[in-house]
Amino acid sequence: MTAAIQIDSVEKSYKGFKALKGVSLNIEQGEFFGLLGPNGAGKTTLISTIAGLIRPDVGSVRIHGHDVVKDFRQARMKLGVVPQELVFDPFFTVRETLRLQSGYFGLKNNDKWIDEVMENLDLTPKADVNMRALSGGMKRRVLVAQALVHKPPVIVLDEPTAGVDVELRQTLWKFISRLNREGHTVVLTTHYLEEAQAMCQRVAMLKTGNVVALDTMSQLLRRVSGSSLVVHLKHGGLPEGLRHLVAHDEHDEGKNNGGDTYTLRVNDYNEVEGILARLRESGAEIDEMQLQQADLEDIFIQIMEGSSQAGASVR
Amino acid sequence: MNLFSVGFKTLFYKEILRFWKVATQTIAAPVVSAMLYLLIFGHVLDGRVEMLDGVSYTSFLIPGLVMMSVLQNAFANSSSSLIQSKITGNLVFILLPPLSHVEILSAYVTASVLRGLVVGLGVFVITAWFAHLSFVAPLWIVAFALLGAGILGTLGVIAGIWAEKFDQLAAFQNFLITPATFLAGVFYSIKKLPPFWLAVSHFNPFFYMIDGFRYGFFGQSDVSPWTSLAIVAVFFVALAAIAINLLRRGYKLRH
Repeated sequence: MTAAIQIDSVEKSYKGFKALKGVSLNIEQGEFFGLLGPNGAGKTTLISTIAGLIRPDVGSVRIHGHDVVKDFRQARMKLGVVPQELVFDPFFTVRETLRLQSGYFGLKNNDKWIDEVMENLDLTPKADVNMRALSGGMKRRVLVAQALVHKPPVIVLDEPTAGVDVELRQTLWKFISRLNREGHTVVLTTHYLEEAQAMCQRVAMLKTGNVVALDTMSQLLRRVSGSSLVVHLKHGGLPEGLRHLVAHDEHDEGKNNGGDTYTLRVNDYNEVEGILARLRESGAEIDEMQLQQADLEDIFIQIMEGSSQAGASVR
Repeated sequence: MNLFSVGFKTLFYKEILRFWKVATQTIAAPVVSAMLYLLIFGHVLDGRVEMLDGVSYTSFLIPGLVMMSVLQNAFANSSSSLIQSKITGNLVFILLPPLSHVEILSAYVTASVLRGLVVGLGVFVITAWFAHLSFVAPLWIVAFALLGAGILGTLGVIAGIWAEKFDQLAAFQNFLITPATFLAGVFYSIKKLPPFWLAVSHFNPFFYMIDGFRYGFFGQSDVSPWTSLAIVAVFFVALAAIAINLLRRGYKLRH
């Protein structure tokens, strides 16, 4: 099957600053894909390149097989982009804005879908209100609606929940999840890593214009950091054979200061049974025990600080 | 390439809606300005100077004012729309859809032509009460009004693409468009100028637009209307080619 988005060796420089350094990615049709990275990593440059707003110096981007420069009309028909900036045209109402956007994509008499999009984003009561009179959250909803007016198979959301309330987040994710279930490919950039963890099936992490991690969410969570088993011992100490499992990296440092409390790294839940057996054999008695699953934020920090082996696990 | 595609028609409609929603500023204000010019210059100079044989100064002035309004408002429409969209960031709504370069240019230009003609018609309707006007060759009037508005609409697109802030666009308007229009024979016949300025005027394309337009009213002009038509048409094609090239390259639009 043709990739939803195929990015081949894309490089982009601005006045000597290299924002993208040969990025290659394939995003498959129907995926919910996360594009993560700190500010300045190149996420928005990459999204703008996908959208045709920035032209790459080297490399190419294809949407459903259509080159975004050479075959831009077909490529753009397949793509809906929610820009990061809260932009709007102050001359028009919400409904006018959506009808115009629909027309730019060659669609007339599209009111049925426009009404459905507005309904799903709780915009219907504001349909005839001028854009200037809307709150920031409502303007953000209109931006999402504008990206969806032509039912694009690929939806790119560039930090869609930045600075918006919980209600919009829930409304937005409910609607976007529905579209993803119906077969739309979704690409998300966000600084809210818990959102990415909850929504994305696969993630790419960008750092200074390079892809430094690319994997499924489950693999990233399991392979990169593993989990932590926190044990507080009532009697006895940690046996010598388990000392190599004590978490030593900077991120975990604070967890080992509890006297008889130890944080042990476990790569697999099956290892827990072995650890408990070794503790029993050594005569140690467990007072409290907690299994902590590493989350995306832990992994993100490790990768961005370059302190994890995950940097090499670009798949 | 379908010039009457839904995309083109939508962008054209949006541009009309944009100026229509602020009609006081975009239509009424320039009509009033032109009216003031007529009252002041007509009152001072009528009966004292004669620019064309058998034509009163007020009669001479009216076609000039109409064409000046057409040109300036056609330029203002496309240039202000583009610069506002660039600065507020909503130009992205035009850049993300699959609109071709020709569709974008033609939508902006035709909307500019329409605004120019609406303002020009307004100026004509208000000022025509003050003098007798003849219509010797109406087709010339239509041809030069359309071409002149098309040229300034295209020039507005180029200026809107080039300018990165309102200040730069104001400079383009104040130091190029306004002087070129004023010095193109709106208020006088270039035959009344000293030889040097007469020669300089022939390098001003705006002169041919106004001179040809005025020919349609009085059947008299400083140069042949065919010459004017040829020069104006070439100028239009050249500007349209530049504008399409800028849009195709994404100059200052797609980085």
